[in-house]
Amino acid sequence: MSTICEVTHEHIIEVKDFSFYYAGLDTPNLKKINMPIGKGAVTALIGPSGCGKTTLLRCFNRMHDLYPGNRYDGEILFKGRNILDKKEDLIKLRTQIGMIFQKPTPFPMSIYDNVAYGLRLQGIKSKSELDDRVEQALKDAALWKEVGDRLKSSGTALSGGQQQRLCIARAVAVEPEVLLFDEPTSALDPISTQAIEELIIKLKEKVTIIIVTHNMQQAARVSDYTAFMYLGDLIELGVTEELFITPKEEMTEQYITGKFG
Amino acid sequence: MTRQERRILLNNIIMFLSSAAAIAGMLFLFWIIGVLIYKGFTALNLDIFTYDMAPPGREESGLRNALVGQLMLVLGASLIGVPIGVLAGTYLSEYGGKKGRLARLIRDISDIMMSTPSIVIGAFIYALLVEPFGHFSGWAGIAALAVMMVPIVLRTTDDMLQLVPGSLREAAIALGAPKYKMILQVVYRGAKTGMLTGILLSIARIAGETAPLLFTSFSNNFFSTDLNQPIASLTVTMFNYATSPYDDWINQGWAAALILALFVLGANIIGRIIIRTKKGDR
Repeated sequence: MSTICEVTHEHIIEVKDFSFYYAGLDTPNLKKINMPIGKGAVTALIGPSGCGKTTLLRCFNRMHDLYPGNRYDGEILFKGRNILDKKEDLIKLRTQIGMIFQKPTPFPMSIYDNVAYGLRLQGIKSKSELDDRVEQALKDAALWKEVGDRLKSSGTALSGGQQQRLCIARAVAVEPEVLLFDEPTSALDPISTQAIEELIIKLKEKVTIIIVTHNMQQAARVSDYTAFMYLGDLIELGVTEELFITPKEEMTEQYITGKFG
Repeated sequence: MTRQERRILLNNIIMFLSSAAAIAGMLFLFWIIGVLIYKGFTALNLDIFTYDMAPPGREESGLRNALVGQLMLVLGASLIGVPIGVLAGTYLSEYGGKKGRLARLIRDISDIMMSTPSIVIGAFIYALLVEPFGHFSGWAGIAALAVMMVPIVLRTTDDMLQLVPGSLREAAIALGAPKYKMILQVVYRGAKTGMLTGILLSIARIAGETAPLLFTSFSNNFFSTDLNQPIASLTVTMFNYATSPYDDWINQGWAAALILALFVLGANIIGRIIIRTKKGDR
């Protein structure tokens, strides 16, 4: 039903016949999705509001488990292991697959403690190791130059764009293999947005990135692959340039040319 | 009279009535505080803090035992009431859910408890902890005050925790935090100002209670820190002294009232200062 291009990158994640049901609903919110995610690539999920792109994103780190009654069906293979398995260690999974949210979510603590949070959760206590990894994470998130001299000040006092980069630093610090971005720039101004986009392109040297975005230009700018979703179906997964220039599905073409959505 | 004139007249009448009502309320408030401060400070002296309660007419008399008893009762009640209230509030907000049946039941019951007359709680503890043992005791007083405290702390904790955005919880979970660490390290931290204020206000609230203590800790004319025995408190002493016919007792009653009022005022002011300083760095 859906058109899937060949993903030439090694497949780090393989979504297979995957359906998702929100608590109390009989009709699935995601319908039999099949989709590979390329390792070290940026995959963008686009589509109109309510198409299920954020719902799908939140399946990769099993965020839906926070709210009782949600149900998964099918398989999501992460490096060959089905993360939907009941025996899956969610805490370990979430350190391997990190997440950045739509609104910046700095914890009410210092910049240093924010970045060190995930590291401390992993039991790292050595001050020198924490110092090194906090510094490295802040550098990776292109924030070190701005906050390196005031690590003790509150993370909530930073500007919106800095807060979002702080959240990226916090997620990067635990060295995940995959990073999920849920519309990371929709609450930010254009300059901060540009900074985050440059960061995403830089980060893919180290991690695989899946990004949900409302902004088609953003998908075109940062991603290697783009998936167009509509009403819980994956319509088309394509190499980004091809999908935007020569879409294979009619519905994709209508969406990217602004006929609906 | 034109419509405009009528409108202005009506406006003035309503403004006059509401201002008059506000002034009337304030008048009584300042009257009470004024009398309290005047009579309290005239009665206040060092003896109040250094001597124990004594029969009327005695030179060396004070309220030391009542002060110590009051502090023990309030401290004891806080040590029991605050942890129960905070933990119960945490259950409601973090585990029970907004619509959970048990959580809603607990919220309703706690609201009812909050508006229960304190004397009813005193009578309940009397039946539970005084009658079976055959004598009044400090523990019974502590229990009565703690029972009053729980619903207040529980409600403010619940409310304050729910003000912490869900996205913050998700962010902690997404970093691989187990739920209890997420609550302890992130949610509590985000809500600590409000929680602390709620606790302080609940302490201020129970510090002024007399009715539940009359049935439970009763009073004691001698210095005692034995919670198995009746123990003196400022509030009950105030009640006894104020209704006595002796001038020196009545004066000491005023002093007790002033100390109590200052304590409650202090707790309130500290609570407000915490709110204000914390708002700054949000």
